[in-house]
Amino acid sequence: MSNSTPSTLRTAGTLAALAVAMFGFGYLLVPLYDKFCEITGIGGRTGDAVAVEALSGEIDTSRVVTVHFDATVNSALPWRFEPTQRMMDVHPGKLYETKYVAYNLSNRPVIAQAVPSVAPGRASLFFNKTECFCFTEQLLGPGESRDMPVRFIVDPNLPQGTSLVTLSYIIYKNDAATAVLAAAD
Amino acid sequence: MANATTAHHDDHHDHHPTGLARWLFSTNHKELGTLYLIFSLAMFLVGGAMALVIRAELFAPGLQLVNPEFFNQMTTMHALVMIFGAVMPAFVGLANWMVPLMIGAPDMALPRMNNWSFWILPFAFTLLLSTLFMPSGGPSAGWTLYPPLSLQGGNSLAFVILAIHLMGISSIMGAINIIATILNMRAPGMTLLRMPLFVWTWLITAFLLIAVMPVLAGAVTMLLTDRFFGTSFFNAAGGGDPVLYQHIFWFFGHPEVYILILPAFGIVSEIIPTFARKPLFGYTSMVYATASIAFLSFIVWAHHMFTVGMPLGAMLFFMYATMVIAVPTGVKIFNWIATMWRGSMTFETPMLFALGFVVLFTIGGLSGLMLAIVPANFQYHDTYFVVAHFHYVLVTGAVYAIMAAVYYWLPKWTGHMYDEKLGKIHFWWSTIWVNVLFFPQHYLGLAGMPRRIPDYAVQFAEFNMISSIGGFMYGFGQLLFAYIIWKCVRGGEKATAQVWEGARGLEWTVPSPAPLHTFDTPPLVDDKVAVHADRLT
Repeated sequence: MSNSTPSTLRTAGTLAALAVAMFGFGYLLVPLYDKFCEITGIGGRTGDAVAVEALSGEIDTSRVVTVHFDATVNSALPWRFEPTQRMMDVHPGKLYETKYVAYNLSNRPVIAQAVPSVAPGRASLFFNKTECFCFTEQLLGPGESRDMPVRFIVDPNLPQGTSLVTLSYIIYKNDAATAVLAAAD
Repeated sequence: MANATTAHHDDHHDHHPTGLARWLFSTNHKELGTLYLIFSLAMFLVGGAMALVIRAELFAPGLQLVNPEFFNQMTTMHALVMIFGAVMPAFVGLANWMVPLMIGAPDMALPRMNNWSFWILPFAFTLLLSTLFMPSGGPSAGWTLYPPLSLQGGNSLAFVILAIHLMGISSIMGAINIIATILNMRAPGMTLLRMPLFVWTWLITAFLLIAVMPVLAGAVTMLLTDRFFGTSFFNAAGGGDPVLYQHIFWFFGHPEVYILILPAFGIVSEIIPTFARKPLFGYTSMVYATASIAFLSFIVWAHHMFTVGMPLGAMLFFMYATMVIAVPTGVKIFNWIATMWRGSMTFETPMLFALGFVVLFTIGGLSGLMLAIVPANFQYHDTYFVVAHFHYVLVTGAVYAIMAAVYYWLPKWTGHMYDEKLGKIHFWWSTIWVNVLFFPQHYLGLAGMPRRIPDYAVQFAEFNMISSIGGFMYGFGQLLFAYIIWKCVRGGEKATAQVWEGARGLEWTVPSPAPLHTFDTPPLVDDKVAVHADRLT
């Protein structure tokens, strides 16, 4: 084709490269979104202070924050899952522990994954979990029940005026891992 | 191509293949433009039939005709077919026909790729439509394919995603071709700021296409791997986030809605000066307004998802950024009205459709501004108010502009004048019924009727019945459009080269019908030919 001059082909090549780059950009949005959530605390991200650092902090005994515990079970998961304690009054800076209890209602082993979120959104980065059952997958055998601990510290820098913080978990069935388990049997 | 004799031989299709081979192997921009337009009309009628299924079910409360699963497939397919099958191919077809003629080029820059871009489409839509006949049925989660719902259907999702990939490849290749043509093949003297506005809007649209179609391809690929290959991009149980999909989708989706309207702005900017017999008012501001709208389209995506929850600052940003778009759009509407001011106007069918566009698109734009207001959006979100809004901008916006363009350039394509009387009947019939169809949907939405639901509370019955009557009248009226085109292709009053008394520009210097090969010798363009330059006003 006489139209396919070098300059035309150069333009077309540049534009094709741009299209490929934008396909990559679509995938780049995944880590970007993750980073954005980490910085802003949206999408259920919470503070990530490690235990040692957090323990060395000062305890603000003058302030009391009520922590409300909440649990939801996804409809695909045949479990009961609830907090042992609905409310807890805590001092910022002090380490606390509470437990959730999970019970596998089915007659086969199931692996589940809990996903946390904190409300209100502005409190999420000041709510640090030092240990949580949501950090790993949870396996319960048929009819098995287990207490699952959460340890947390409310950061003393929690904005003034926030006196109630809700920690909420949704627990999902991990289909892939459960299927692997069933196949191994 | 390396061989000069072969190249010469290829260029002049003196012994043209005939029959099916002529269309299958064509690399001619005019023939491919025609194929695109015919394909688009066929898809418009298919998508329209699906809309009539929806309106028939919603004629009265209760479930009468179709089951809810099929209803959901109809809403999803109607959108996919109309957006990717009717509106986008129509604009690409118009670009194929008119861009080379308007800039004085002998053909598109990459003719073989042009052939491929078109012929992918029938396969893509065969794949998409075939899912309706599969055991699990077609996609039914809405055209946005939000997970987790879209991942809970049957295996036909894989066909839908492959079809979307093919449509994307077709659009990207079409866009590359259009940019390469505009940047490299303009006739001597056709500087960028002498180009007709239709060429300008398409140049900018093509850049939008290249920027966002690959992002859609990425998003649906992630859906595909989540559904079939065990990844967890959007699966919360595996550490993913369904809201992430909405961000990626609308990063594509918002520029996409401007892809569906910018070429329409270009068409209207060609037609109004012709029938007002005055050069376009504010040519340069039109170019800059188009570029501004294109830029803004990239930073407003989250206004589609205010209700998923986001920080207050983000809501404010996306609200104000969205409202800013009204400024360049307002500039355009002002310029169209100023072009008509004290013009010697006549009201042939293309002008009627262009004027219908200006009035009715503005209504859609205003309801868009209402939707941009965050607190109001919480009430309007996913109601029929949204349905009314985007049908005003897409049906009485994009589709009206496409019909205006068809009436405007049909004499140039066929060499015959269309039946003016039937054209006017088509316009008035459409305009009355399209408002009967969509205007009541504003009230339904404000009263709280949700979209994509096959049944509704009895309080919504009257407005739904009115809307359905409008839908059937408008829908069957479009068969008249197909008849007018068919009649015009068959014969009619001979068209002159200029066709319209007030028409200016290179495309009106070639005979009607435009011969297969035009501008083999490039025309020389100066300020007299370039009617669009500001200095002439």
